[in-house]
Amino acid sequence: MTLPQLFFAYFALSMTVLSLLIVTRKNPVHSVIWMLVLFIHIAALYLFLNAEFLAAIQIIIYAGAILVLFLFVIMLLNLKREETAQKYQSQWPISMGIALVFAIFMTMIVGKITVMPALGEYSVEAIKAEGSMMTIGKVLYTRYLLPFEIASLVLLVAIIGAVVLAKQRVE
Amino acid sequence: MKYALIPLLPFIAFVLNIVFGRNYIKDRAHWIAVPAVFGSFVLAVSAFTDVLSGNVININLYSWITSGDFHVTVGFLIDQLSAIMLIVVTSISTLIFIYSIGYMHGDGGYYRFFAYLSLFVFSMLVLVMANNFLLMYFGWEAVGLCSYFLIGFWFHKKSAADAGKKAFIVNRFGDFGFGLGVILIFLTFGSLDYMQVFGQAGSLLGQTIDLFGYDVDLATLICLLLFCGAVGKSAQIPLHVWLPDAMEGPTPVSALIHAATMVTAGVFMVARCNPLFNMSEIAMNTVAIVGGVTAIFAATIALVQNDIKRVIAYSTVSQLGYMFLALGVGAYSAGIFHLYTHAYFKALLFLGSGSVIHALHHAKHDDEQNMQKMGGLRKHMPLTYRVFIIATLSITGIPFLAGFFSKDEILWRAFLGGELGRFLWLLGTIAALLTAFYSWRLIYLTFHGSYRGGEGQEQHIHESPKVITVPLMFLAFGAIFAGYVGIPPLFVEHGDKIGEFLAPVLGHPEGHGTHVQEFFVMGASIFVALAGWIVAYTMYLKKTDLPQKIGSLFKPIHTLLFNKYYIDELYSRSIVQPVLKASDKIILAFDTYVIEGIVNGLPNLIGLFSRKFRTVQTGFLANYGLVMAFGVLCIIGYMIFVR
Amino acid sequence: MLVPLSWYIILSAVIFSIGVFGFLARRNLIIMFISIELMLNSVNISLAAFSHYLQVMRGQILVFFVITVAAAEAAIGLAILIAYYKNNPTIKVDEINLLKG
Repeated sequence: MTLPQLFFAYFALSMTVLSLLIVTRKNPVHSVIWMLVLFIHIAALYLFLNAEFLAAIQIIIYAGAILVLFLFVIMLLNLKREETAQKYQSQWPISMGIALVFAIFMTMIVGKITVMPALGEYSVEAIKAEGSMMTIGKVLYTRYLLPFEIASLVLLVAIIGAVVLAKQRVE
Repeated sequence: MKYALIPLLPFIAFVLNIVFGRNYIKDRAHWIAVPAVFGSFVLAVSAFTDVLSGNVININLYSWITSGDFHVTVGFLIDQLSAIMLIVVTSISTLIFIYSIGYMHGDGGYYRFFAYLSLFVFSMLVLVMANNFLLMYFGWEAVGLCSYFLIGFWFHKKSAADAGKKAFIVNRFGDFGFGLGVILIFLTFGSLDYMQVFGQAGSLLGQTIDLFGYDVDLATLICLLLFCGAVGKSAQIPLHVWLPDAMEGPTPVSALIHAATMVTAGVFMVARCNPLFNMSEIAMNTVAIVGGVTAIFAATIALVQNDIKRVIAYSTVSQLGYMFLALGVGAYSAGIFHLYTHAYFKALLFLGSGSVIHALHHAKHDDEQNMQKMGGLRKHMPLTYRVFIIATLSITGIPFLAGFFSKDEILWRAFLGGELGRFLWLLGTIAALLTAFYSWRLIYLTFHGSYRGGEGQEQHIHESPKVITVPLMFLAFGAIFAGYVGIPPLFVEHGDKIGEFLAPVLGHPEGHGTHVQEFFVMGASIFVALAGWIVAYTMYLKKTDLPQKIGSLFKPIHTLLFNKYYIDELYSRSIVQPVLKASDKIILAFDTYVIEGIVNGLPNLIGLFSRKFRTVQTGFLANYGLVMAFGVLCIIGYMIFVR
Repeated sequence: MLVPLSWYIILSAVIFSIGVFGFLARRNLIIMFISIELMLNSVNISLAAFSHYLQVMRGQILVFFVITVAAAEAAIGLAILIAYYKNNPTIKVDEINLLKG
């Protein structure tokens, strides 16, 4: 095994373990903390994949914003102990079966990939020459401008929706 | 492209008001609606000057429907005809919107009112600006819908809700014909675009179509079907019954929709389709006769009505008859000219009566629209009185006000139209006499004499606020000066600016007469206008017992007129009641065998199935998630193993 | 290529399956939400990997949008959760059966 492969093996192993920890913890706060560790791993993996921008927003948005939101909600709800007493629903064996079949099927898909499409213009060197941020910015603000604007609308709707849903009804 | 904003601005105002009106905008609805419609007006003026400098704008904005050969676009045509209509619609809308601020103040549905009114302006502008029949049909139906909303605006009042339904259903009769006409146009020409249809209009000559085994002239059939729609929308005989009832709506609505704009859509449509109508003499004569008969018919009813708005409503029907008379004798530009002047003085009459009703309403008058309970309002409402006088002078055709020029043009064109034309001229002149009489009767009953309402009300009657009277003054200005674009060539060489302006779209009317004849026609109409005035003056101001005596002397006629020729009763007996009775019987039979069979059978069946399948719906989120995941697995499995 | 593309995809598949399990099996609504985030992240890994190995930008752009939607979804979802919790103070998903109608 080469060094990069060793690195990947570490990441793969730790991420799998972290994911299992996340879905099996009794206390949601623990889940969120493990989630944070997982996100940092994912961000490092993005760096391997030459996607610095994604690594940055993974930390900023996921770890910085979404997880904090989760923590806030957990705090707001102030759950009693018995709320978290029994972890699993009665259907958990079926769920596990389905999840296993999912894993098997998707691994089988990998074997199905025989023909690779032609390589695009954004090789490692090309991105390095211009900088990751610059490249993604150029693509985002030219070819994907309309989806980008729509994404901003989606966020706006989410903001308004969240406010409307969570505010006290004043009669 | 910027002209696409003309209809769009009111639409935006509608959306904002209907979405946010209830909770957020409330009593500030006019801050959105009035600037929007005023913006449309400014753009319309700019479009008008554009057309005036010789540009005809025909743009397709958007491909609406494409299906085989059937191709419809959303596109606008701004030529001379639609430019004038744009000016009329947007200017009067602006004034009436402002007026409504005062008139509707404090109404619970304030935002709703402005929302519907904006929607109406949008629809009307689409109707006017469309460059194909389908888009026009869209506007046509949309204005009908808005009319329904606004007539029934005070829907908690049963009479208003009924009037709205009546207007909608009666219009349906006409629109059915209109729709068939549009379909027939498509079948004949293979297109709905104005330019293509009118370009090929000449090919209609001599074509016939097999209709139930008879060969019918194609042009006549198309035109009569289109005219059906116009009869419904413009309240001509025999579909006029809805318009007087439409007065149940708020007065600004009566002024805008049921006097100045929507009801003239029929006139506009016939004028727009003039290349088609020119192909069929029968259709033209039908238009002229229906118009002439309606003019006099409605005027006779107006003589004896006591409700102030109903008198003006019948007057509207009568004036619309004049317009159709003009169209029918081929004087399209005269018809449009009258449409344009009529919009101003009729809107003024309605808004003036609205001002009166408003004042009486605030004085706790219990029968605020009954003229017999008014009188002597002149000293309390001097401004309203003055604008009323101006509007009346204009509508009765007193020289050198707006109505004089347009009405005279119509009568003169009718006079030149052969034997039928002479007959129609006679009808029109008699109608003018009646018009003068009932218009002055309205003035004398309302503003002169002594107050006949309840005690202790009189001192509470005050002039309406500025926001109501200022639009009145603007309209009064229009009622005086709007006619000066169409001075007969008899007085001023090339005085008929509007006729020349419209000539590229509507053509020049045929026929020439001598100056003596023209003076005779003009003199006759001035004479009848003055005669009607004098008769009304004597009857309602000098010898106030005379109306009673005449009424009892010609009791049958009076009763006939008072009950509007019993047309409503006739329709009720001949159409409404039989339909109701027949449907009662059919429904009863249908109910026992078909409905109950289904009603009892279906639930049993459903009950059987649902008892079996109900258990699937556990209501637990995770169960649904499980099933969904299973479905996804099936799809992935299919992709991997089968394909 | 030192690390084959397929490794990334298998990693992604494994994490996704764990997310599916978490979503279907847990009773706690908040953990179910976290599981959804987990699934989204696993997909992001494979997208970024494809983007890198095929040398196209599309994958990264898509990750960007997925993160946007995830943020919106979390905000709305948690708002619904709070609104629900105000009326029925429970987040045990097998005690919530309003969908039964």
